[in-house]
Amino acid sequence: MIEGARWRRWVFFNLPLALFVIGLLFPFYWMMVTTVRPDAELYRPWMAPNYTPFWTLHPTLDHIRYLLDETLFSRWMLNTFFISVLATAISLFCGLLAGYALSRLKFPFAGSLGTGIFITYLVPQTLLFIPLADIIRNFRLGDTPWALILTYPTFLIPFCTWLLMGYFKAIPRELEECARIDGATRWQAMVYIVFPVAVPGILSAGIFAFTLSWNEFIYALVFLSSPEEKTVSVGITSELVRGDVFYWGSLMAGALLGSVPVALIYSLFVEYYVAGITGSIKG
Amino acid sequence: MAAESVVAAKSYTAAPRRGAVTRVLENERWFAFFLLLPTAVLLGLFMAYPFIKGVMLALSDAKVGVPGSFVGLQNFTALLNDSIFRTAVWNTIVYTAVTTVFKLALGLWLALLLNRHFRGKAVTRAFVLLPFIIPTVLSTFAWKWMFDPTFSVINWTLFHLGIIRTRINWLSDPGLALISVIIVNIWRGVPFYAISLLAGLQTVNPELAEAAAIDGARPWQRFRYITWPLLLPVTMVVVLFSVIQTFADFQLVYVLTGGGPANATQLFATYAYQIGVGTGLLGQGAAISLAMFPVLLVVVVVQLLYIRRVEIH
Repeated sequence: MIEGARWRRWVFFNLPLALFVIGLLFPFYWMMVTTVRPDAELYRPWMAPNYTPFWTLHPTLDHIRYLLDETLFSRWMLNTFFISVLATAISLFCGLLAGYALSRLKFPFAGSLGTGIFITYLVPQTLLFIPLADIIRNFRLGDTPWALILTYPTFLIPFCTWLLMGYFKAIPRELEECARIDGATRWQAMVYIVFPVAVPGILSAGIFAFTLSWNEFIYALVFLSSPEEKTVSVGITSELVRGDVFYWGSLMAGALLGSVPVALIYSLFVEYYVAGITGSIKG
Repeated sequence: MAAESVVAAKSYTAAPRRGAVTRVLENERWFAFFLLLPTAVLLGLFMAYPFIKGVMLALSDAKVGVPGSFVGLQNFTALLNDSIFRTAVWNTIVYTAVTTVFKLALGLWLALLLNRHFRGKAVTRAFVLLPFIIPTVLSTFAWKWMFDPTFSVINWTLFHLGIIRTRINWLSDPGLALISVIIVNIWRGVPFYAISLLAGLQTVNPELAEAAAIDGARPWQRFRYITWPLLLPVTMVVVLFSVIQTFADFQLVYVLTGGGPANATQLFATYAYQIGVGTGLLGQGAAISLAMFPVLLVVVVVQLLYIRRVEIH
């Protein structure tokens, strides 16, 4: 699209794009370099003449070893995984049923319920965490994974429902009506005819919900207290920072390893992620 | 269409001999009711109930372990005279406004760049989205380490480019802390804007811009009068989403500064956490959280009205 001389393409396209990519990815590179940098180099002031910010000549696995041997990191990973998978499953189940009802069935207040779901979709976690902590305590769920498995759906269900409603609306009604004429019940028509067609949407909603669960912080910070119950984000924040002392090498190792599951799923399903983002903002 | 399906439903539900459950589920209203039940239970227990509970807490002097009694609007009037709360309100407004402007401008720019054809486009797009995908707390720690005044790569770079002469205390200088936090928020938000706006751009028919180009419109004019108006609906939704998220932000500031130094980066959510969880004043903390509600409500109403307007047209 850019007309004219070659230098224009460099100035208006290649250079800005390169700067964007470098700026957006540098923190991750910094994470990696810090993870393998020995402490002697790590705590060398930038004013020092032998400061080498962008690489290290003595890579070490000490920080990763410390993280895995001396902290509960692997336990936190398992906790986060367990919580994210269950919260996602619950949310997908609820979102599928609710999304189907709101987009395909006629019943009183369908419209206002749809609007209601949309509003709950926009409620941030920071609005309710204090009364919710109180409720979690009263239900005796505090400091158990269930405190998160049952509360994460409050922001995941609205998202899943909203996303899936978009997919359901696009499926022609005739498909379902044919099945009904052949004697299928409403339930059968929904589960065997409509849901299979919506599989891309279900996949999008599922991996997005998983990522959101993995990313959640304030509920996990407030509802869990014992070190062995924590999630990755909270565990790293509270156990690798003691007072004013930051264990930077292990912290970065933890940040790196803690991102791997999400990054892995992301790399496998990039297109579904993008579909999830664009679907979630569609009115 | 509607009448058709009703007739169809009526004439084919009379299938012979089915269980009682199936018969109830064949009724459209009952079916809808059962489909919505799990969602209603979960959202009722962990969203509607906490909301009511939050209002009640905000009107009481409850502390951790002490139920407290009704004190009317005392918590809210106390907030009006609380200078830290006023700082938090101001910080939140600045934080939201500044980051939104930059995220929109940079996100749009990146979207326009990614909308071109070039080699490695899919890979670039995938990598660009990483800051949005990687858990915020984890990537924010990388920034915290990059901002370190003594060991910081940022200070090293600026020094060697000749921009600074001494070290800069990014996170512990009250004048700079909010700027640092804003930079990280922009970094995290730009990919979301870019990818959403890119999706919007891809629905804009390129023939429109070509036709305008044939009529002699310059690139800027083509953007201003053709692309931008068509992109506006998507932009509105993205901005409103992002405004809500940014206004209620917590984790980024919690990790970088914890609201300090001297409350220079205190936001609604971090202050509510500090009072409600840190000092255990549940009533006061709930009141701070709820003070966000009017603003969020306005944003949601604007969004709903806008969507309705778009649907009518």
